Amino acid sequence: MGRSGPGRIIAIVVSLLITAAVSAILWYWFHESAFLGADFMSTFEPASENAQRIQDIYVLIFWLAGAVFVGVLALTLIFSFMFREKEGVEAKQIHGNSRLEVLWTFIPVIIVVVMAVPTFNTIIDLEADAPDDALEVVARGYQWWFEFEIPELGVVTANEVHIPVDRPVNFRLESADVIHSFWVPRLMGKKDMVPGHVNQIWFTPHEVGEFRGQCAEFCGLSHANMRFRVHVDSAADFDTWVAAQTADAATSEDEAILAGMQQFTQSGCIGCHTVRGNDLAAGVAGPDLTHVASRGTIASGTLANTPEDMERWLSDPPAVKPGSLMPNLNLSDEEIDRLMAYLDSLQ
Amino acid sequence: MATAVGTAGQVTERSGIWEWMTTVDHKKIAILYGITSFFFFVVGGIEALLVRTQLAVPNGTVIDADLYNQLFTTHALTMIFLAVMPLGVSFFNYFIPLQIGARDVAFPRLNMLSYWVYLIGAVMLTASFFLGGAPDGGWFGYAPLSDRAYSPGSQMDFYVISLIILGISSLIGALNFAVTIINMRAPGMSMMRLPVYMWMTLITAFLLILSLPVLTVGLIELYFDRNFGTHFFAPEMGGDPILWQHIFWIFGHPEVYILILPSMGVISEVIPVMSRKPLFGYAAVVFAGAAIGVLGFGVWSHHMFTTGLGTVPQVVFSASTMAIGIPTGIKIFNWLGTMYGGNIRFNTAMYFAVSFLVLFTIGGISGVMHASPSVDSHQQDSYFVVAHIHYVLFGGAVMGMFSGMFYWFPKITGRFLDETSGKISFWLMFIGMNATFFPMHFLGISGMPRRIYTYEEGLGWDTWNFVATVGAFILALGVLFFIVNFFQTMRKPRTAPADPWGGSTLEWATTSPPPDHNFDVVPEVRDRDPLWYNRDHGISLPARPEHLHIHLPPPSYFPMIVAMGIGLIGVGLLSHLALSFVGVAVLIYGIWGWSLEPTS
Repeated sequence: MGRSGPGRIIAIVVSLLITAAVSAILWYWFHESAFLGADFMSTFEPASENAQRIQDIYVLIFWLAGAVFVGVLALTLIFSFMFREKEGVEAKQIHGNSRLEVLWTFIPVIIVVVMAVPTFNTIIDLEADAPDDALEVVARGYQWWFEFEIPELGVVTANEVHIPVDRPVNFRLESADVIHSFWVPRLMGKKDMVPGHVNQIWFTPHEVGEFRGQCAEFCGLSHANMRFRVHVDSAADFDTWVAAQTADAATSEDEAILAGMQQFTQSGCIGCHTVRGNDLAAGVAGPDLTHVASRGTIASGTLANTPEDMERWLSDPPAVKPGSLMPNLNLSDEEIDRLMAYLDSLQ
Repeated sequence: MATAVGTAGQVTERSGIWEWMTTVDHKKIAILYGITSFFFFVVGGIEALLVRTQLAVPNGTVIDADLYNQLFTTHALTMIFLAVMPLGVSFFNYFIPLQIGARDVAFPRLNMLSYWVYLIGAVMLTASFFLGGAPDGGWFGYAPLSDRAYSPGSQMDFYVISLIILGISSLIGALNFAVTIINMRAPGMSMMRLPVYMWMTLITAFLLILSLPVLTVGLIELYFDRNFGTHFFAPEMGGDPILWQHIFWIFGHPEVYILILPSMGVISEVIPVMSRKPLFGYAAVVFAGAAIGVLGFGVWSHHMFTTGLGTVPQVVFSASTMAIGIPTGIKIFNWLGTMYGGNIRFNTAMYFAVSFLVLFTIGGISGVMHASPSVDSHQQDSYFVVAHIHYVLFGGAVMGMFSGMFYWFPKITGRFLDETSGKISFWLMFIGMNATFFPMHFLGISGMPRRIYTYEEGLGWDTWNFVATVGAFILALGVLFFIVNFFQTMRKPRTAPADPWGGSTLEWATTSPPPDHNFDVVPEVRDRDPLWYNRDHGISLPARPEHLHIHLPPPSYFPMIVAMGIGLIGVGLLSHLALSFVGVAVLIYGIWGWSLEPTS
């Protein structure tokens, strides 16, 4: 391949083919990773209006970036093939070209302006205060779990929160210890939970379903195990959930449950956990367990709320979540069974 | 060089090791820097391989959460402060005097002090693994996680103290380099005739001088918070964790350019020489580099877009960050323009340099994506950013450094690294790095947060994590090939001529390796590409005078003593404060002896 005649054409064609192939493969993989389905954490499948706004910019910038990549790759390849060392060829001794310099200063300038204008518009809209009718939810980060509180409805829960569809929700983000970050990729971009600050993030979900979230700011030993769920419910389902959550824990005459309740006191669980309706259980260091059985997951979204996983958790919490504040209480199998009977009653 | 006395060719009776320990010759110091930093490059690589092995499959059990957090923290610290920065310093040391036509740097003994202090800081940071655990709070050490309440052990103290010590080393080096480049240029070498590599070095030196003190202030405040009960960053006592982030990133963002500008300088040498034509748009490349340096101080808050800065700061820092893409783009176009119309010799150095263009572009455009706070709210702290920084720092900085190693190896050792083996290591590294880091874009897009030691299966992350781990081992194999190549080459005879590539800058005017005094006669510079000008105008270098009498600075062990003093102060701050006072005494003794040391 060379710099004149057919050699030049071959160099250009081969370079463009390689560029096209590389770009096509990468695009395919990007596409596969972006569109995963409802149960995943894709940043490219928005389920709220605000996330859709972000998505619109993301797509625009993605294509601009892709165009730059294709251009640079193609030119690098073409020049590499076309100007390979050849006997008897002299390199052109050019020192520069002012017109070209001006031209290729303007190329990035234009790209940047095309990115900047819609970005600034979006920031101004998304950073604005939430609409007045927004539902206010307090999300509080702890090492390593999330507490959710809906003050106007009197709901307190952990690691799983329900919100109504098609109504703006404003999350007030707080932290009890170190910096965490609140991220439900399909519902919204992330925002940090900074101790001493109150951040807000709001969005209007338009799709019913269960959405996975995860802490996105490194927050210590079990950062990887700090996961949560946001359930977007229809208005009716949401009201049902609120009614159930605001009720006190059911009392029971069942012997197994009463024995479990006693075990809950004896093992010291009451020191850290609140169970409304059980006057002894008023601890605040750990998650509110009043309706723990109604949740789909336990241990900050790392385990399913099944008997097997609950047993695994109770028998050695730090083995599941290293550094967890809840110690290994060295519970016997019988004690675990009793506790599980009680916890299972907390619907 | 007012203090430089002593005679070239002076016979020394000291042992080899003592000679290396007391040398003030910039070339020897450069080799010390080079070997030490490459050693730590391997250490950082092993840390990365352990991290990747843990993440190969979901719910991995190779290492536990605690060790994982130590490893990802020290991987970053090692690669940034112990490997890539000092590797750059190694090249600065070797080639500043040679490219500007000087006999040494401005302050030869300070140069050696800078090496010793670096070594002490590096050993201290790495030793922490065996002394209660390595730092585990991330290389960014965000408060309050890094505060005593949440990091009770000595791990984050090791972080603070070793970074302060490493900062002292870098600061000394940067001042030395800036003074040398400004004051010691050969006759005729005006600033606009400075090789581009020298320009990038000068800009890097100023970035270090301006950014490191900020980090040091932050680190001292963190140390006080941890040990003396102050509350700079503790929110419950009126401190603010966001303050730490501002301080850290005012240093941290220029630091990115500190890592990448030296490699931009290297490829600005390699691409023209291998293309056999002058750099396209010299002035544009130089001013773009300077613009990157200046703008680099105005973009730090883009690391903090998710902390709740509010609308105005987001818009301002978004605009400044996007603006930095403009000079970067200009540079890429000028390098491509340099290749255009050339007669390009594709050796290993050029392979690495050309790969820089594409790989750095990938890192550059993903960087511009983060400049949009909306997009960044998804990408921040996800694997997308991990992909981005590795395209910039590996695809850019490290590939550029490898280009420099192949380019300058014959000058430094008089031997050519094997080209076949070199190309094998290039392809292994190129394929390996793309297989490791490109999939991280996909992982980020599918929502995988970074800095997690484990992840659930079935979230679409399994395949790409496995691919990335395989890629990391391919990459490591490429580096291994290079190491074997190095040792085999060092056993071969010295066959490299003074100017094997037809270079344009002054280092190619002297022998390979250069004599202690660099140049028999300091050449006069008549053009931006002095050797090509001389070649084209039939000017031959002045012959070696019959009686060569050149004053060179004598070796000194006082830099070592001063460094020991600094090290002891550091050890005292980590263990028992009394030891720090001993350190101060040693330091004062060292400075005293240094000032009164006879200069001949």
